[in-house]
Amino acid sequence: MSAPPATSRWGWAIIKKGNWAPAFAGATFLVVAATLAGAGVADGPVIKIERGEACVAPTDEMRRNHMRMLFHQRDRTMREGIRATRFSLKGCVDCHASAKTGSVLGEEGFCSSCHAYASVKIDCFECHTPMRQAGFTSRP
Amino acid sequence: MASVQYREIEGRSRGFFVILMTLGIFITAGLAAAWAMEHEGHVITGMTNRIVWGTPHVFAVFLIVAASGALNVASVASVFGRELYKPLARLSGLLALALLAGGLAVLVLDLGRPDRLIVAMTHYNFKSIFAWNIFLYTGFFAVVALYLWTMLERRMNGYTVRAGVLAFLWRLVLTTGTGSIFGFLVAREPYNSALLAPLFIVMSFAFGTAAFVLVLMAACRWSGRALGDALLARLGNLLGIFVAAVLYFVAVHHLTNLYIARQLELERFLLLDGGIYTWLFWIGQVLVGGLVPLVLVFAARGRGALAAAAACVIAGGLAQLYVIIIGGQAYPQSIFPGKDLSSSFFDGVVASYAPSLPEVALGVGGVGLAAALTVLGLKVLPFLPRSLADDEPAKA
Amino acid sequence: MNPERRQLLGWSVAAAAGAALAPGLRLVELALARSPEEAASALQRWGLLIDVAKCADCDECVTACRDENGWTGLGRPATDAQWIRKVSLRDRATGHVQTLPLMCQHCEHPPCVDVCPTGASFRRADGIVLVDKHTCIGCRYCVMACPFGARSFIHEPVSGQKPDVPRGKGTVESCTLCVHRVDRGERPACVEACNRDGRKAMLFGDLNDSSSEIHRRVRTEPSTALRPDLALNPGVRYQHL
Repeated sequence: MSAPPATSRWGWAIIKKGNWAPAFAGATFLVVAATLAGAGVADGPVIKIERGEACVAPTDEMRRNHMRMLFHQRDRTMREGIRATRFSLKGCVDCHASAKTGSVLGEEGFCSSCHAYASVKIDCFECHTPMRQAGFTSRP
Repeated sequence: MASVQYREIEGRSRGFFVILMTLGIFITAGLAAAWAMEHEGHVITGMTNRIVWGTPHVFAVFLIVAASGALNVASVASVFGRELYKPLARLSGLLALALLAGGLAVLVLDLGRPDRLIVAMTHYNFKSIFAWNIFLYTGFFAVVALYLWTMLERRMNGYTVRAGVLAFLWRLVLTTGTGSIFGFLVAREPYNSALLAPLFIVMSFAFGTAAFVLVLMAACRWSGRALGDALLARLGNLLGIFVAAVLYFVAVHHLTNLYIARQLELERFLLLDGGIYTWLFWIGQVLVGGLVPLVLVFAARGRGALAAAAACVIAGGLAQLYVIIIGGQAYPQSIFPGKDLSSSFFDGVVASYAPSLPEVALGVGGVGLAAALTVLGLKVLPFLPRSLADDEPAKA
Repeated sequence: MNPERRQLLGWSVAAAAGAALAPGLRLVELALARSPEEAASALQRWGLLIDVAKCADCDECVTACRDENGWTGLGRPATDAQWIRKVSLRDRATGHVQTLPLMCQHCEHPPCVDVCPTGASFRRADGIVLVDKHTCIGCRYCVMACPFGARSFIHEPVSGQKPDVPRGKGTVESCTLCVHRVDRGERPACVEACNRDGRKAMLFGDLNDSSSEIHRRVRTEPSTALRPDLALNPGVRYQHL
């Protein structure tokens, strides 16, 4: 192998051929860390439970399985016409919508706050309204 | 048989990078159009509730049909045993894959919910020809890749014929499926016909051969490879026969419609007073896409004439698909036979449509993608023979 | 006959009688409203009967549908959704003029269901044809396939949806026969409005229920389906067309 190029001893890690990988990884790490710190996402989601005494299932189960429950229930409602209000999306929104905005999205939105933190995009409210409806009573 | 030597293109000249940069611009424009359509909705395009399939679909269907036809040269070599075309088989397979990729990219990006592609690949309604097409298109990639592998890998050369037969049969089913997308639409007079599937098969022969001829001539010229006149003349003959076949099917389709009293108004619309659609039919499809190439190929002869004929076939093909896809939707549906109707939903009138910039950008982006994949493929693997001159022993 | 065999025979007869009677019991239950926790059943078939002779220039049905389902126009008629529309007809031979409402015909053999690649367009057991927006990829093949132009594609972002009627950009939609109302035992909004403020031209009911008015009327009075040559057997029928 030929002699290394004449560069400063501090520049060798980046300029020397074949050593770009660690430099690249280091730069990426710095960029990502800075972004995360700047975004303040490390603070965590805002979860305000303003209504009701308990959810339709224990908190642990809801945290792990609410998406599976929603997928299952939506097929039962859509395909078979089963509209049990206990697991309906309207019921979830009715309880969890923010008292201030009346919505589960946006500022202090119950759904959006957690999902933004976890960086999982949700599709539901492309079609479903995120607003609590007056006169709707959800059964616990 | 003297073995043919294949070599990648050098791909280091300025021209090579200029081509890739240009194609890159088209692809970027297409992606930008898709992004805008996805975010703001299809309202930014010219498509409406009466014309739901527009310019992107014209390009996409053209690319998909041409993809299936581009494999034709390889099939003639492997399935029908014509030695003359064997050196062209690899390029034929590459072009087929690239064109299909371009067409599918346009189709997927035009979906209302392109983010649901995974849903489309996991939920199937097997009564829908669309669902079958998803398998046929993805399977085509696998089958042609396998076919190319048997050609590129010396130890697998013994399996080339079998792989070629599989690819040939697969593409016939695929093109039948593409034509049947329209042919199965019972409710629309312009489509409701079993003739559409075989029409699409012969269209694929014509468009695919035209695309192949242009790519072959360009690739050989720009990489400094010899390309024999006799070989090109044979390809030209093939092109001419396929163009004639398309004209035949179109003639039969319309003549039959003219006999059916119920279809008479549709024929008057397409052939006489459909405005842009009538122009595109007679001038674009029949003249430029049919008669002119026939004259160029059989009377004029020569490389320039062949290239012009191929370009005309492609232009005519786009015109034909525009008339089929968009003209077919513009013509009002006959919900109440024997009555004139009008409504707030544009029933009973010829729907107006004009291609919009996002649609054209998306369609052209697909063409750019197909071309870019071909160029990159030629650079990466040995698809082109070192020489296609007529006096090579392999051409005997 | 020994006691065990007698007992077995007795139980068998009881079981057979129960099996024979049970469908009848079920029918009686269903004639009264289906409860929300129950699945839709093929024993019911929802339908509409529209008397075109009574229909005139009013468009209460369209306004009611718009208000109920939230598809208010955005001033772009070419791309705005329309679940129901009034169609004016003029007979080419006689010049006779009529007007009628046209919406999804809820066919028994829907072409839109046949062509949907993901199965998002489907027919519920009780005859209502719907689009499952969770699975719709927005390919618009169903719009091409529908003989009646009943389907609309949503071309723009949607907001302010009605809670019972989710709708979103990039999917396809059409008349749902107000399935959210039907499941509560109510009539579709268009029928309600026509009978309240309009010409009383529309009738809704269970075509399979021999005690319903719609069943009686389609049996005793002439009515037609649109495009009968396509043999789709729609749930929507028209009289005096």
